Amino acid sequence: MPVSINSGDTAWILVCCSLVLMMTPGLACFYGGMVRRKNILSTLTLSIVFMALIGVQWVAYGYSLAFGDDIAGVVGGLNFLGLAGVGAAPHPDYGKTIPHGLFAAFQMMFAVITPALITGAFVERVRFKSFLLFSLIWATLVYDPLCHWVWGKGGWLGSLGVLDFAGGTVVHIAAGFSALAFALVIGPRKGFGKSPMEPHNIPLTVLGTGLLWVGWFGFNAGSALAANGVAVNALLTTNTSAAAAGLVWMVLSWLDGRPSTLGIATGMVVGLAAVTPASGFITPLAALVVGAVAAPLSYYAIRFRDRRGLDESLDVWACHGIASTWGMIATGLFATVEVNSVGANGLFAGNPGLLGVQLVGILVTMAFCFGVTFGLAKVLDLSIGLRVTGMEEEVGLDISSHGERAYS
Amino acid sequence: MLKKIEAIIREDKVGDVKDALRDIGIVGLNIFEIRGHGRQGGIKLAGRSGTYQVDMLPKIQVNIILSEHNLEDTIEAILTAAYTGASGDGLIFVYPVEEAIRIRTRERGQEAVMYPGDIDERKGQVRT
Repeated sequence: MPVSINSGDTAWILVCCSLVLMMTPGLACFYGGMVRRKNILSTLTLSIVFMALIGVQWVAYGYSLAFGDDIAGVVGGLNFLGLAGVGAAPHPDYGKTIPHGLFAAFQMMFAVITPALITGAFVERVRFKSFLLFSLIWATLVYDPLCHWVWGKGGWLGSLGVLDFAGGTVVHIAAGFSALAFALVIGPRKGFGKSPMEPHNIPLTVLGTGLLWVGWFGFNAGSALAANGVAVNALLTTNTSAAAAGLVWMVLSWLDGRPSTLGIATGMVVGLAAVTPASGFITPLAALVVGAVAAPLSYYAIRFRDRRGLDESLDVWACHGIASTWGMIATGLFATVEVNSVGANGLFAGNPGLLGVQLVGILVTMAFCFGVTFGLAKVLDLSIGLRVTGMEEEVGLDISSHGERAYS
Repeated sequence: MLKKIEAIIREDKVGDVKDALRDIGIVGLNIFEIRGHGRQGGIKLAGRSGTYQVDMLPKIQVNIILSEHNLEDTIEAILTAAYTGASGDGLIFVYPVEEAIRIRTRERGQEAVMYPGDIDERKGQVRT
């Protein structure tokens, strides 16, 4: 098959690559505003360090484990170690009209932000060294294989017909359920449930929300891997879902008292996480439903988590895990080949089978990510310890882990 | 005899109280930004999902050292200026002061806390 580079597609994915990169510092701000002032630098670092850590890991071997030649549907081979042979020519399966190297770079940004999402679970108490080790092993044992299962040529979930346009399973369910497992192992912050742990800088969280929303256009619309109608549809569904979820969240928080700024910002991100797997397969009208339903699901998931006394500190599970689980189900309901000819029809387009396949994808991702993360966190906790000492936690991680203070 | 007024007031009433004190001729004062709660026990704030109780609220503490004969006028001024009628208006404490010494002049006692154009000068009271 003759392959040729399309400069329009290439230019668009180059831009998307940059947009998705921006989401990681965006996420750092989003999370950073919600912690106490003594842990802001630590929280920012937990996110941005992945631009360095995965920036190296992905080139060295991460890309190869995810997108190398398939081995039994489970993992990629080692043929792309050090991005060998990943260059200017397109890969026949990964973006036919853009350089293979661009596909690898675009995918790298997803690999960077996914473990950064998990950090919301253990902010304000994690030992930095243990966190780095956990993250590197997690990227290798969880992210890279899972990415291969869903998006790699020959990956077993993708071959089964699981539809995940931009990372409902690979990114958001993976991060959400890993966060849940890690939070269970590391335990609550000192004083959790006794005194309120107030967000110290909500303006920073609002800034982060803006960067995430803009970046998400690259994330979802870029996942079309071309500047075409599917990309435009994904951008529209992404915006619609975020808008609907932000609006519904505002109403929910208003009914409970006042229309909270932090609540509206959270709702927007929930709408973005929810629509991610569906964005390239459903219509903008369906995205309205996706966002509107995602908001109460995550809103009450936070309540549930709080009532159980679980300190999954920044609600990665409730906001990303639950929202994207719904998004994967919604893909099984609303997907239509009229939007994307290489997608599939969902239940409402006369194909109930897709829903079953989607559920397999959801449950496998949840079980795999929760299980491996729980085991890994447990081993690290019993060996090198996951937490800082009680005194280091009280002083705050900015001083005790990094020797700096944010505001002097 | 010198007294110290320690008034805990609303953050948003600082301007009113400061103006009221200046109007009656109380010149010297210090304010502290403090946090705490009284009988009300804090307030509810909107959170990510519903509301939560915050028990430490920002308040302003105004400290004034003054002669005993100006005490009641000053308290009255603060009571009027800091009042809203809602929970959280604050409290006023009064303490005896052992001694006051102005560093520049080494004046002691009442002399140390008197200023040109202050409440005593306005009342035409003679310095003792």
